[in-house]
Amino acid sequence: MINYIYLTVLLPLIGFVINGLFGSKIKNEKVIGIIGSSTVGIAFLVTLFAFFETLNLPVENRSNTVELFTWLNVAGLNIKFAYLVDQLSLTMSLIVTGVGFLIHVYSIGYMHGDKGFWRFFAYLNLFIFAMMNLVLGDNFVVLFLGWEGVGLCSYLLIGFWYDRKFEKGTVPQAAKKAFVVNRIGDFGFLLGMFLIYYTFDSLNFNEVFHKAASFPVSEATFGLIAIFLFIGATGKSAQIPLFVWLPDAMAGPTPVSALIHAATMVTAGVYMVSRAAIIFASAPTVMMIVAVIGLLTALMAATIGLVQNDIKKVLAYSTVSQLGYMFLAAGVGAFSASIFHVMTHAFFKALLFLGAGSVIHGMHEEQNIQRYGGLKKYMPKTYVTFFIATLAIAGIPGLSGFFSKDEILWYSYANGGFLFWFIGVITAMMTAFYMFRLLSLTFYGKERFDHHHVHPHESPSVMTVPLMILAFFSVVGGYIGIPEVFSGEHGNLFHNWLEPVYAPAIARLNSFGSHSNLEEILLMIISVALALTSIYFAIKIYTQKPEIAEKISTRFKRLYTILLNKYYVDEIYEAAVVQPIQKGSEKILWKFTDNMIIDGAVNGIAKIVDASSGLIRKIQNGIAQFYAIIMLLGIALVLLWIILSI
Amino acid sequence: MSSIPIEYFLILSAFMFVVGITGVLIRRNAIVVFMCIELMLNSANLTLVTFSSYLGNPIGQIFVFFVMTVAAAEAAVGLAIIIAVFRNKLTVNIDEINIFKW
Repeated sequence: MINYIYLTVLLPLIGFVINGLFGSKIKNEKVIGIIGSSTVGIAFLVTLFAFFETLNLPVENRSNTVELFTWLNVAGLNIKFAYLVDQLSLTMSLIVTGVGFLIHVYSIGYMHGDKGFWRFFAYLNLFIFAMMNLVLGDNFVVLFLGWEGVGLCSYLLIGFWYDRKFEKGTVPQAAKKAFVVNRIGDFGFLLGMFLIYYTFDSLNFNEVFHKAASFPVSEATFGLIAIFLFIGATGKSAQIPLFVWLPDAMAGPTPVSALIHAATMVTAGVYMVSRAAIIFASAPTVMMIVAVIGLLTALMAATIGLVQNDIKKVLAYSTVSQLGYMFLAAGVGAFSASIFHVMTHAFFKALLFLGAGSVIHGMHEEQNIQRYGGLKKYMPKTYVTFFIATLAIAGIPGLSGFFSKDEILWYSYANGGFLFWFIGVITAMMTAFYMFRLLSLTFYGKERFDHHHVHPHESPSVMTVPLMILAFFSVVGGYIGIPEVFSGEHGNLFHNWLEPVYAPAIARLNSFGSHSNLEEILLMIISVALALTSIYFAIKIYTQKPEIAEKISTRFKRLYTILLNKYYVDEIYEAAVVQPIQKGSEKILWKFTDNMIIDGAVNGIAKIVDASSGLIRKIQNGIAQFYAIIMLLGIALVLLWIILSI
Repeated sequence: MSSIPIEYFLILSAFMFVVGITGVLIRRNAIVVFMCIELMLNSANLTLVTFSSYLGNPIGQIFVFFVMTVAAAEAAVGLAIIIAVFRNKLTVNIDEINIFKW
């Protein structure tokens, strides 16, 4: 099946073409939904077969390239359109098509009755197409094709309800913000690609990484490439300083938030960093920057998440925070741990978003958690699945989030140091707190909604079944990555699976500090204990004594306001970047350069021509005989010249 | 025939040509201008025939047939235009037909 891997890209594209071209003619939602979902479902099956086939191969043969055609061949630059099927890309493909398929099915229920139903499925399929190119591409150019493609789909889907208001502005403004902020990152990524080509004379992954591992290249060059690539990653994966678009991306329909802005697209940056692990590993300074940025993003987003009242906003900041964890892992050299967290996060965060969608659906588009409460008895299935996901993200032992998060914390302690671990644990504590705050305010406590207008109800099974499947994986997904401490001689299966991809990078990194198993277990117990404590307080405060929350927020009024306003980052960017650019464009580029210089030059030339032609156009007086005389004189002159020159 | 020197023919031809040009340039009646153009064509024909005869080369005379054919066609078209102009402007004075200008 490895040779048919292109089907996983082609099928969603076919789905996009069918739904995109004929969707408006097909009035039947079921047909559109089935076309949209089945293409992704079949793509998932193909990926699964390819996965098992690869699993049966000996370890050294597990990286295969499937060449489709030569894409570009100019002046020594030869770009093949080819897919790299290896451990890393298969893992990502399974996540993208698997979670993607469930979200497609869920959307059939969620988008029921929407006038843009067909458009929605067309965009979703286009997204899967682009995302598969991103994760399967065997060179930076195909990756970039997917990279831009998912950015486009993100824009289209955030702006899906383009005629609605969103917060202080409109939905299209939110979409535009996401697109523009992403472009800033993409610019860095492009520069990184140029520099890679300049340095290694190739853009093919295998060639570049092979040369990076064996050629003598200065650390400064590696550092520059890595920092450019990382700028691209911060844009796509919503890290400081480019994270501002992700919370606004919640303007899109909830399945979009689950698929694109939680499970798949936003992890593209993590994927890219871990794909280019050898380049990053060769630049220790940049590795440190990646880790610090990841850590700061995780911490900052978690603190904002503590006080948000919009259910999707909480989840959005939670996503930013978890992405920060992934970069922390990559930054301390635990690339497989970061991909492991990508996977478990895809399960439980997609589940959380879909659960939130189910709640929003049942509460008639209400998104403020202060106006929920006591929904447990109205939506039992949504509640149970949501509860499982919350436990998973909080890092409760036995669920997937525990394994991945603790692995990251362990590596940040072992390779980064105590401070990294400490901030990571604080963040994990906050994560547990805000997630249980969300859970309590939504499903427990008093019912705070208006019973006359709102009649909460459970969602149809087309929506709840995907929730249950995701809940299943949120529980068991972690068992493929049981840390070595527990699994003994087999080691960490997930780590062993990905190990060959990272071998050169790991070899280049300074050897890991050795720590005892006891230490690892001790740290694990501490972090779990802290998480449990904060869960206890969160449930206590938000179900039984909401006045305590009130008191705390009035006590620390200033801090609370800062958090509620997200550290005023948007306002700072507005004042420091957006306004100067707009004002500068208006005053200098528009009114001065365009109006005075360019228009002045164009109009000036026209005026000169007009004035000079005013003088000589009198010759053209309309009398044919006058022209004849001129002609005659001309002929006479020419003849004279010929005669004289003989 | 050979007793008449070639200059006679050529001078006559040149004279006819100059009469034609002068007519085209100074007469105001479109019909007269038109006739003068015919005169110029015929003077050219005369030159062609003269050289053809003196050089013993028949190509010049064949050429004359072409010129006459074209002149006939041109006469038909030209007269039709003059009639069309007259129907519109009720004049064939080409000084008054001068709307194609700045």
